[in-house]
Amino acid sequence: MIDKKWIGHELPVSILPIERGRLQFFAKATGETRLEYTDLTAARAAGYSDLPAPPTFLMAAELDSGASNQLLDDLQIPLAKLLHGEQSFTYHRPVCAGDTVTVRSVISEIYAKKEGALEFVVKTSRALNQRDELVAELRSVLICRH
Amino acid sequence: MPAPTFDSVKIGDQLPALQLPPVDRTTLALFAGASGDHNPIHIDTDFARRSGMPDVFAQGMLGMAWLARLITGWTPQSSLRRFDVRFQGVTHLGNAIRCSGLVVEKLEHNGERCLRIELRSANQFGETKIVGEAFVALP
Repeated sequence: MIDKKWIGHELPVSILPIERGRLQFFAKATGETRLEYTDLTAARAAGYSDLPAPPTFLMAAELDSGASNQLLDDLQIPLAKLLHGEQSFTYHRPVCAGDTVTVRSVISEIYAKKEGALEFVVKTSRALNQRDELVAELRSVLICRH
Repeated sequence: MPAPTFDSVKIGDQLPALQLPPVDRTTLALFAGASGDHNPIHIDTDFARRSGMPDVFAQGMLGMAWLARLITGWTPQSSLRRFDVRFQGVTHLGNAIRCSGLVVEKLEHNGERCLRIELRSANQFGETKIVGEAFVALP
């Protein structure tokens, strides 16, 4: 059983510099061919200051920083038993290459279903840019299967 | 095709579907690197088998990134307000995912005229992998 003492736990702050090359790699990996995601001129013509980070990209903040893995270690969820149950994003402002995004997360819920065969961990996050403006809110439901 | 506007879109309209090629190991390796999700269960067959899976399988967030492409291929990303999904099934090697979206509601959301779009991704056998919804604000 995952210890409920972790409800309210704040993850270490994760800082993600948004880099053009990483966004171009992400576009390649997802099969994205729209030019505004890889070409600076097209991005600016579309009204962005630089290449835009696509809608799901901010997950990289806590993966790159190690905060995601640290959380799994703390909660004693082995990678082999981890499932991603749900994911939500609420968007407030665009994020573009050249921005630096800071993500702060808290564990908001821990509960079990099917008599403990499945345990659920809910993490809520706020992402701010270098001007301390809220750019996005995230909610992740992680599942540990037994 | 001109960008959709609030008045030009009707409830029941379908977004142009996005058909992906079959998932292969290269796709998974590239997404692991680009996304930062290095969980070996998606890229290391030995690890996947030790974990009780028949083989590596797709990252959930890869499927969500494809659904994001469905939306941003139809309307600019700057119009996207909310994007929620529930992962319902494992996407295996060889699965060719098709992303679809259906306009189900026109509403005012935080003072803006928005569409609510139901999202679904499924493989070539019609097995649902992800369901979700998006809110987009249109001029």
